[in-house]
Amino acid sequence: MITLQQAIFAYLAIAILGLSAAAVNLRNPVHSVLLVLLMFFHMAGMYLTLNAEFLAAVQIIVYAGAILVLYLFVVFLVDLNLELRIERFVRNHATGTVITIGVLTVLTAAAISFVPAPPGHWSIEMIREITHTRAIGAEIFSNYLLPFEITGVILLIAVVGAMVIARKDKNEKREVTRS
Amino acid sequence: MSGIVLLAPYPDLILALPEISLLVLGLVLVAVDIVSRKARIILPWITLAGVSLTALFLADSAGGTAFGGMFISDAYSSFVKIVVLAGVAFTTLISDRYLDTEDMRHGEYYGLMVFSALGMFIMASAADLIVLYLGLELMAFSVYCLVALLKQDPRSSEAAVKYFLMGAFSSAILLYGISLLYGMTGTTDLLAIADAMSAYGLTHNPAALAAVGCILIAFSFKVAAVPFHFWTPDAYEGAPTPITAFMSVGPKVAGFAVLGRVFFTSFYDVEAQWAPLIGVIAFLTMGIGNIVALSQTSIKRMLAYSAIAHAGYALLGVVAGTDEGLSASLNYLLLYTFMNMGAFGILILLCGPGERRETLDDYRGLAKNHPMAAALMLLFMFSLTGIPPTAGFIGKFYLFVSALKEGHTFLVISACIFSAISAFFYLRVVRLMYMEEPDKSFPLSLSPALSVALLIAAVGVIGLGIAPGPVLDMAGSAIMGFMR
Repeated sequence: MITLQQAIFAYLAIAILGLSAAAVNLRNPVHSVLLVLLMFFHMAGMYLTLNAEFLAAVQIIVYAGAILVLYLFVVFLVDLNLELRIERFVRNHATGTVITIGVLTVLTAAAISFVPAPPGHWSIEMIREITHTRAIGAEIFSNYLLPFEITGVILLIAVVGAMVIARKDKNEKREVTRS
Repeated sequence: MSGIVLLAPYPDLILALPEISLLVLGLVLVAVDIVSRKARIILPWITLAGVSLTALFLADSAGGTAFGGMFISDAYSSFVKIVVLAGVAFTTLISDRYLDTEDMRHGEYYGLMVFSALGMFIMASAADLIVLYLGLELMAFSVYCLVALLKQDPRSSEAAVKYFLMGAFSSAILLYGISLLYGMTGTTDLLAIADAMSAYGLTHNPAALAAVGCILIAFSFKVAAVPFHFWTPDAYEGAPTPITAFMSVGPKVAGFAVLGRVFFTSFYDVEAQWAPLIGVIAFLTMGIGNIVALSQTSIKRMLAYSAIAHAGYALLGVVAGTDEGLSASLNYLLLYTFMNMGAFGILILLCGPGERRETLDDYRGLAKNHPMAAALMLLFMFSLTGIPPTAGFIGKFYLFVSALKEGHTFLVISACIFSAISAFFYLRVVRLMYMEEPDKSFPLSLSPALSVALLIAAVGVIGLGIAPGPVLDMAGSAIMGFMR
């Protein structure tokens, strides 16, 4: 007998997979972005079923609310006709499909023998007791301080890198007009 | 040192002093460029000074773990960091004139390079899979941007996009492996994973082995091992030449560092399962790298395939699965830094404004016009082939010995055969330089920094070939006390 929780998980999992596959395959990038938005909502639902309400809220506010809107801007601003076209690494489409199905089969077959480890310090009862948000905060700023700081540097790199790559067009034009 | 006095109450930060100094250096480089355009001329010198300071901190480092056991500083990480710093210093020296000719002098160029070195430092010191992954992304993001920096050339953007897509793909595979492993062991700590693997009886569990496989695939992407090398030739060819040199040293040694750390710490109990796999990868990498290099007409692309092949040789030490083997791999990567940086230095020496001179034909009769440059190129090509008394020979010798001791006779014999094949394309450059008549003459774009880099590379290649003792000792002691 399938419990309600399992049914919800199954729905969310299938929806996430289907929406992602559709987002990759659609021709119109605006449609793709909107499907990804839908997928993010389902991911937030998945977090809720795992008692992670803080992550669910972050998923919606940050990913769906901010990042995807940014994506949408990019899609609108970029001239898709001028896009760089790249050859496939594997020219034969069938080879790619065979390899993909092979990897999928191997990983699925391997996943059947998955044995979860015994729960550690943060059991579900423990998280319910001191609430999820507080638990995340305590972990991030104590045990996971180093990864947290590294993430900050990564974001900085992303800003610097985006600035350099975006700015060079202006420089180029200035060079041309000067000479 | 005053920095240590200031940080005395925070022992964790003292251990991470080399990382902190690199972080500050990167920020300074970016800031200086924003504040003053004229100050750009001193950026390489700031980089070199910062790198030297970091090396001082590194030499001073006591060793130990910090940040709740997530960060580890030991002889192994220090050795890797020294190779990374050598890579940054060499790249800075050979960049100086190239940035002028390609008109891309930017603080961000040096800044991003230092940030990617910071990522490699974190990878080398990671004792936790989360830190390892973040270090890897920090390194990779910076390098993606560096590859795209050549503004007028669409090949540069194409290379960056390809590199980025394949990098993102390999990250996804890595994360899948890590998440499987976390689910089954309940931890991301490298030592705790090793304990959990045996405690929960995971050494023959297919899901755990699939996780090991995913992690192996992701690391193979990073060191550009066949069959995960498809991005390498395009990314290396499209990138600015000094960055190509940097990419064939820095990310590669960092990739080997995490490969060694994770597989020799966490997965040592399943060595019987992964060692044959890495053996196959090493064989394919040496074979395809060397054989495809034969048919290249662009010397930059040829060096890209040669970089793939050399990763294959270095994997032999990992296949051996012994401390001696891993130290031979590390040692080889250090020696490779010298010869590879030297060869790329010559490539940059030939670059002129508007002309990259990257094809083999440009080397025709080089010895007539520029005997010194040709002689240096000859030396680096000999070393890449592995002809004594150069460093390349010593490196290969110790790798082959360590693999032979563990009974990998077939792999070592094929490595020798592939080395012989590689002689054909390396020495073809030599033949073109010395035995053909030049059809045109052009000036070299020599600069003081570039000559210093070439001099150090040449001295390193000969010196380490004749007296490899100190480096071998250092690589040997780097492995002590890091495992199990």
